[in-house]
Amino acid sequence: MLSANWVAFQTIVIKEVRRFTRIWPQTILPPAITMTLYFVIFGNLIGPRIGEMGGYAYMDFIVPGLIMMSVITNAYANVVSSFFGMKFQHCIEELLVAPVPNYIILLGYVGGGVARGLAVGFIVTLVSLWFTDLQIHHLGVVISVVVLTAVLFSLGGFINAVYANKFDDISIVPTFVLTPLTYLGGVFYSISLLPSFWQDVSLVNPILYMVNAFRYGLLGVSDINIGVAYGMILLFIAILFTFSLSLLNRGVGIRN
Amino acid sequence: MSTALAIESLRKVYGNGFEALKGINLDVEEGDFFALLGPNGAGKSTTLGIVSSLVNKTSGKVRVFGHDIDTDLVKAKLNLGVVPQEFNFNQFEKVFDIVVTQAGYYGIPAKVARSNAEKYLTELGLWEKHDQPARMLSGGMKRRLMIARALVHDPKLIILDEPTAGVDIELRRSMWTFLTNVNREGRTIILTTHYLEEAEALCRNIAIIDQGEILEHANKRDLLRKLHNETFVLDIAGNLDQAPMLQGYPARLTGDGQLEIDVASDLSLNDAFRQLDSLGVKVNSMRTKTNRLEELFIRLVSEEKKANKRQEDMADA
Repeated sequence: MLSANWVAFQTIVIKEVRRFTRIWPQTILPPAITMTLYFVIFGNLIGPRIGEMGGYAYMDFIVPGLIMMSVITNAYANVVSSFFGMKFQHCIEELLVAPVPNYIILLGYVGGGVARGLAVGFIVTLVSLWFTDLQIHHLGVVISVVVLTAVLFSLGGFINAVYANKFDDISIVPTFVLTPLTYLGGVFYSISLLPSFWQDVSLVNPILYMVNAFRYGLLGVSDINIGVAYGMILLFIAILFTFSLSLLNRGVGIRN
Repeated sequence: MSTALAIESLRKVYGNGFEALKGINLDVEEGDFFALLGPNGAGKSTTLGIVSSLVNKTSGKVRVFGHDIDTDLVKAKLNLGVVPQEFNFNQFEKVFDIVVTQAGYYGIPAKVARSNAEKYLTELGLWEKHDQPARMLSGGMKRRLMIARALVHDPKLIILDEPTAGVDIELRRSMWTFLTNVNREGRTIILTTHYLEEAEALCRNIAIIDQGEILEHANKRDLLRKLHNETFVLDIAGNLDQAPMLQGYPARLTGDGQLEIDVASDLSLNDAFRQLDSLGVKVNSMRTKTNRLEELFIRLVSEEKKANKRQEDMADA
């Protein structure tokens, strides 16, 4: 049964990769263009007037944050749109009638989200090389933080899709929760610039830990202790995975 | 011969309090071609939805080839192929990918999955379209695609929920032939359909469900014997005015040289023909007025409605 589950997992991931590559003008191209604009406007045009941030040129400082931002939004968007689309078209029934355990369904969709997050993150990284010389302080941290972040936000996208009843419902969380948290998560600034009260408030934003851990992997600087950052990411993953699995086991939003 | 599907005291109460199934019992033997008939909203799709894990049951037991869906769901699902009423595949995916992906969900390795997909798409006349997005297919082709998808893991029990709805007559007949062959290979088929002629032509055993209860569950022949009479339409020539004078057979002329005769189940047609011959009436051709199963179905369902109405009236009183 283990090999059957492995085949089922691969099948879901391959289907998901096929989906987002088939519609690449909607999934791959827009983040590449958006991030190029960020690099041009914030890095090239405004950056030199800002000066250094955290001991690095502003362009070098924002590159890790922008890569992470693209990973977060794309991992989330892939799972929420794909899983909701499956519900909307009733294709989810293809999975529900088959002997696929719920944890495999969840892992498969998370795998698809991670694949798109990494693909877009890689493209944005390539784009950033036009604007700056990217250095890598700790490759292991870079890879592990990107993958764990993509896992976490894929799970977030899954929960959103389970509860969504109409297309509006899959854009509410990204617009009103994800985007503000990302912008306030230290992508464009170091939280040391904030008054101490707002620094404390920033610490409840999970994205701050991911952006800083990733920045540590590339530049070697972080506003947050790297061990605490890993702990927070893993804790959030454990909570969201358990919750997602319980939703699937109860058939919330997918079984009558 | 084992039991392909065993349903015991199955109940389903939806969130709004509607009781779709009122504790039904149903057994389908291995190798059977079985029809589950009923009017819209009778509980057919809810029953099949529970069997195929798309609907959560309220209580009761369901076993597929002895595997309880509560305790042995994986094995139950491995034995089951489902063709739903609505198109439920990704319209943007290619036909071949849809079938291969479904095989993957059942843990079938890619090489075998591709081979099975080619086999069933070919048998269902879809191989030429295998590289096209599913949205490009006609309605009949989409139905056949769902059959190919349901068969790709070689299940022993296949559930088809109105598989020929909206399909033209020629294609419907070819699907009947295909399904008959699938059944002859030893697979059990459960069918719901609104075409009672389809159930009469294909199925050996029939259950009729209405308002969440099984009204009849019997062999097709036994069920049809319950018809007290049957109406035949005869194209006649000669002494037309004499034709309705048949002794023992209520008969009436309906215009255009047609005579309708009601024949009770304990009478034969031979005597009617002898009488017509002696009256100087020539019979050119003959057909049944309605499908026999349809007649029985309408009678059972309307009797059930009358009984329910009586109960309601008594309760009100």
